[in-house]
Amino acid sequence: MGFFRQVLVVAAKDLRAEFRTKEAINASLAFALVILVLFSFAFDPLEETTRAISGGLLWIVFAFAGALLLNRSFTRELANDCLDALVAAPVSAAGLFLGKALANYVLIFGVELVALPVFGVFYNVHWTQFFWQLMLVLLLGNWGVTIIGTVFSALTVNLRLREVMLPMLIYPMLLPALAAAMQLTGYLVTGTPITKENISWLQMLAGFDVMFTAVSLVLIEHVLVG
Amino acid sequence: MSAVAVDGVWKFYGDYPALRDIRLEAPPGSCLALIGRNGAGKTTLLRTIAGFMRPGRGEIRILGKSPRETETRRNLGFIGHGIAVYDELSAFENLRLYGRLYNLPDPKRSALEWLERTGLDRVRDGLVREFSRGMRQRLAVARAFLHEPSVLLLDEPFTALDDRAIAVLQRLLREALAARKTIILSTHQLREALELASHVALLARGQVAFHGPCTPEMVSDPGYVYAQYGEG
Amino acid sequence: MKEKLAYLMGAIAIALFARNIYVISGLPQEVNQGAIFKIIFFHAPMAITAMYCSCVALFGSVMFLITKNFKYDALAVAVTEVGLGFLLANLVTGSIWARVIWGVWWAWDVRLTSALVCWLLYAGYLMLRRAIEEPTQRATFAAVFSIFAFLDVPLVYFSIRLFRTQHPGPVFFSSEGSFPKDWSAIFALNMLALTLLAAVMTIVRLGQENAQREIDSLRRTAHAI
Repeated sequence: MGFFRQVLVVAAKDLRAEFRTKEAINASLAFALVILVLFSFAFDPLEETTRAISGGLLWIVFAFAGALLLNRSFTRELANDCLDALVAAPVSAAGLFLGKALANYVLIFGVELVALPVFGVFYNVHWTQFFWQLMLVLLLGNWGVTIIGTVFSALTVNLRLREVMLPMLIYPMLLPALAAAMQLTGYLVTGTPITKENISWLQMLAGFDVMFTAVSLVLIEHVLVG
Repeated sequence: MSAVAVDGVWKFYGDYPALRDIRLEAPPGSCLALIGRNGAGKTTLLRTIAGFMRPGRGEIRILGKSPRETETRRNLGFIGHGIAVYDELSAFENLRLYGRLYNLPDPKRSALEWLERTGLDRVRDGLVREFSRGMRQRLAVARAFLHEPSVLLLDEPFTALDDRAIAVLQRLLREALAARKTIILSTHQLREALELASHVALLARGQVAFHGPCTPEMVSDPGYVYAQYGEG
Repeated sequence: MKEKLAYLMGAIAIALFARNIYVISGLPQEVNQGAIFKIIFFHAPMAITAMYCSCVALFGSVMFLITKNFKYDALAVAVTEVGLGFLLANLVTGSIWARVIWGVWWAWDVRLTSALVCWLLYAGYLMLRRAIEEPTQRATFAAVFSIFAFLDVPLVYFSIRLFRTQHPGPVFFSSEGSFPKDWSAIFALNMLALTLLAAVMTIVRLGQENAQREIDSLRRTAHAI
């Protein structure tokens, strides 16, 4: 079976299971909205300064809400020892991993697309100014979060305190990607497009994604097969 | 060539040897019953043979190849302690998923066929989380047999099965043996297992204490092997 | 044999430290920053030593994944712990310097912020280890994490530096004059002393880790009987 077909089968399975229950998506969305509201008490949403830091705010919301979804990624395989069956199947570890990462990516993206308009309304931010550039930043930034989050979801799957461990482990690792995404988003929603002044952030983000995707694909076999 | 060959296998947890120099062979068409006390290493051995873990030393060959190779995994069926089906999906969706993962020519048809063979065709669209225990176990059996594997590895398959599920499993295992498939099963339910087994291996503290054909004495008195080989 | 080597290195380190501190305290004070500038003799080598530690940790992790030999895992954890200790000392000395020069305990400059994030990264390594019971899985997962952490370090540094080029902030540890040549020799000697100290601490920790592993396997064997 082609590698990419394997990936799609695994991704489809995760998405179908998630949409049947909608547990993680609902929790993640609710969490995102709650944080957005909470932040409005830390900073006055109508102030100009708040608009300036809004890019950072948005990605903090995405990172926290995303961690909820990422946690589910491998824990859903624990329930009936499903991970055994997946590892035993003639699917490569890389294919299995990529399928899960893809499903996580779609789910996190979905949450973000819902959270964005809400964010725009609450904080009076014109996020559609440079829509496609913003989408590019979301696409790349999300992939960084997803890739690291999915690998670490596999690393923490057997731990008792995994809901706490996963965020603690991934946030320092994600700092370069989150910093880049925050800066770029900040520029884009306050009216500065991506120019050669700030393109280095985009390059950093892309480099982060490429490097850690490659490393993950190489090392995932060790994580899934003892 | 034997269907399953375990050659000088050691498995370590840290520095502790859970398996010590295991040498076993299962010829094609045989059924090997792996018996032993809790903690003797039966599950570890089965999982290592199945390719979930790599041995610290030694080699495992299934149909001549390593258990991690794609070809081998296509021919391997495994039933562990969990049922390995998804609660949020229906019985049919689960089997179709595994059919796709195992690259079967017609996953839908295979799924429907095996639902019928395990008596689950009436509940094909029911979600697994709503199933009774016996139904879940029959689905697990269907999942393991779906891709018609040549080698079946079963870890305490009869434990906590209801009578109907036991009957289904025994029937399927007999059919598999008749079709020259190879089975290795670990068990505490000696009677059900020894009725099917052609060979017996006793594992004690990570080592093979006995390995030989299954004799009528063993079937009539399951404690015989334990008594003979010092496990008491 | 290893013990004698450790004692020897420890003795040399102590001798070097004694000599260095004597010499350093005799050095003239730096024009702009005063006596506190001499903290660089300890602050910078500690960071460099921590970097060496992370390289050795990478080596141990990769070798463990390849050979599955636990002595590499022991090396990785020992050297990571030592490195974390040095990095923490680096953070503390940097903070003291900032307080004296700028009046604030922390000002988010490039180097200190990078050091802090790297500290958090490798502290995660220790947290992960503590949370996994089974030794083989612990060593494997920790090795994978260590490789990720190592690759992340340069990215962390560059992203923070990029941030600072666009949002300028205070820059520490630059002296307007250049570093005098004869000071370089003392710097190098202190670097050597700190490296020896790190090596000694690693060896001690390695011994402890190996003993722990033996105890664990004996305990498992006792339970099995």
